[in-house]
Amino acid sequence: MDSFWKKKLEGFNTERKNEEYERWVASTLAPWNRQTGYRERKYQNSSEITIKEVYTKEDVQDLEKKLGMPGEYPFTRGIYPNMYRGKLWTMRMFSGFGTPEDTNRRLHYLIENGETGLSIAFDMPTLYGYDADNPRSEGEIGKCGVNVSTLRDMETIFKGIDLSKVSTSMTINAPAAILTAMYLAIAKKQGVPFDKVSGTVQADILKEYIAQKEWMYPPEAHIRIIRDMMVYCTKNVPKWNYISISGYHIREAGSSAVQELAFTLADGFYYVDLGIKAGLNVDDFAPRLSFFFNSSINFFEEIAKMRAARRIWATVMKEKYGAKNPRSMMLRFHTQTSGYTLTWQQPLNNIIRTTIEAMAAVLGGTQSLHTNSYDEAWALPSDGAVKVALRTQQIIAEESGIPDVIDPLGGSYYVEWLTDKMEEEAYRYFDRIESMGGILEAIKKGYIQKEIADTSYKRQKRLESGDEIMVGVNKYVEEGEEPINYLKIDKKAEEAQIARLREIKRTRDEAKVKKALEDLRRAMLDDNENLMPYYIRAVESYATVQEISDVGREIFGSWKEPVIV
Amino acid sequence: MEAGKNLSSSRPIKVLLAKPAIDGHDRGIFVLARALRDAGMDVIYAGLLPTPEQVVDIAISEDVDVIGLSLLNGAHMTAFKKVVDLLKERGVEDIAVVGGGIIPDDDKPKLEAIGVTGNYGPGTPLSTIIEHIRKRGEEARKKKEM
Repeated sequence: MDSFWKKKLEGFNTERKNEEYERWVASTLAPWNRQTGYRERKYQNSSEITIKEVYTKEDVQDLEKKLGMPGEYPFTRGIYPNMYRGKLWTMRMFSGFGTPEDTNRRLHYLIENGETGLSIAFDMPTLYGYDADNPRSEGEIGKCGVNVSTLRDMETIFKGIDLSKVSTSMTINAPAAILTAMYLAIAKKQGVPFDKVSGTVQADILKEYIAQKEWMYPPEAHIRIIRDMMVYCTKNVPKWNYISISGYHIREAGSSAVQELAFTLADGFYYVDLGIKAGLNVDDFAPRLSFFFNSSINFFEEIAKMRAARRIWATVMKEKYGAKNPRSMMLRFHTQTSGYTLTWQQPLNNIIRTTIEAMAAVLGGTQSLHTNSYDEAWALPSDGAVKVALRTQQIIAEESGIPDVIDPLGGSYYVEWLTDKMEEEAYRYFDRIESMGGILEAIKKGYIQKEIADTSYKRQKRLESGDEIMVGVNKYVEEGEEPINYLKIDKKAEEAQIARLREIKRTRDEAKVKKALEDLRRAMLDDNENLMPYYIRAVESYATVQEISDVGREIFGSWKEPVIV
Repeated sequence: MEAGKNLSSSRPIKVLLAKPAIDGHDRGIFVLARALRDAGMDVIYAGLLPTPEQVVDIAISEDVDVIGLSLLNGAHMTAFKKVVDLLKERGVEDIAVVGGGIIPDDDKPKLEAIGVTGNYGPGTPLSTIIEHIRKRGEEARKKKEM
């Protein structure tokens, strides 16, 4: 029996003969090249798709049907009818470092400078569910983001910020349910009803096993927690995006654009299956699923990837999952420019790289955007560098004219061909993943991780051989570069966090903490219980992130990844 | 001759690669593992989130010549030093320690001073890193054979 993916694959014919092109190559291009010479190199993109000199009408098929109009199925041109004329993308600068007080100050600074959505980065101990006073956390507190050990830290981060007026994105995965519970607890204290609370937690655990490697338990345990968040939020916190299906980290871990596209959407389909299995109607939860993509340096490849993503999602949601609500078919996404493309050499060049990548994200129709700062190959960004990155978005938005027309590259033979091609290659991966027993099995076998490691190694080899260029790294290299001023996190953040944590442990109601943790433990043992109310009660008792995480560690155990190298 | 193979004994240089802290950024270390293998070295990867104690345990039981440490999370001053201290505590003198990752310039001399060399950042050619590990590995091997 033919699978859904195989049938889809039959519809593509991206390598068909183009007679006009061949005629032109033979009669005009080849003689010209012989006469004038040309730059001999392999013209291919990150997805190892070979690129021709020029594209024509014959390279594109069924354009009208596949393109549609903005705000209409299959949403290739954008999910909203008026796109950026209706509302500019949300300029969402990811921030978080040092103590909760430091981060609170940075958030207020960004709000004053015109940022429209908050985005919090947490430090590594928080991401793995360890407290500030755990010996393993030494040297890591506040380094890669802000440290949160208890609800008190979250209260400090959001001091003076009205949760009914902002939307907050939190980059947290393994302990996402705990941080969601904390956010809801603050909303309760501020008197904001849950249906007015809006924001996002990343919570995409599949991409953790694939790329970012931040988990606490085996996959099945995390997936159960995600299921509980889906069900709880669908009923109680309708504007909470309880999952942000992320390709960003897959790409940063070394994948190509096509791999990012395919593995991210495959993860997305897994969560759709999860919601359906939990008894939810697809149209009741699919509109809350959102995505997070990388925008890297190959301009047209990124734009094609984002267009292809929208078309695939719409098609599969409609045809495979029988969604009826157009919102279930709309792929909404956040974009971040690529950290991997930044260099510590000649760091000002990074402003230009980020600009190109940000333009691709806007031309690709993103709903929100984070632009990296030029000093991020050195350290966490300084205030000044963050401001340049935010201004980059404002210049694209308000000076360049780029957002004035919807999908201005629609109809470009090259972009349309490449969109088709990316789509086709993604379907090829979906088919392969299905034949391996689905995405979770493919991850457990290490297949996805190895695919990414292969691509990453090949890319590195191309850089070493000079087939691929990074300016300032393997070409136009300057000796003896001057160091720049970068942000330094002092040891005081660590000391302050530990002191605060000890103070809370001394003053909280221990009996209440014990009971909340014991109730959570019992709920975890019963797969039919929804864990969210238990998480909320636990954080409200000022149980720590690690105490709450440890309950699960005891019950579910941990997970060892398959051998990748 | 290939890097890593021009030793007095024919046994290839043995390298343990590890990220000795809470840090899952493994792209660089995976690339390096393959590159060192392609250069003829024997490579072990310590897996995700090993403690400095675990890193030193593996290094000793596997009798490696070099420990290659990588961190992108800013914990290098604490974590690299712990590995060095543990080696010293156990009287190990014939295992070299090299570092890499996002390491600010100010920290490099401090790491060098405790014997962690290299400390390469992003954009360093693989050949430079391989050459350095080979050199440190050969020094360690000489101490082993003394």
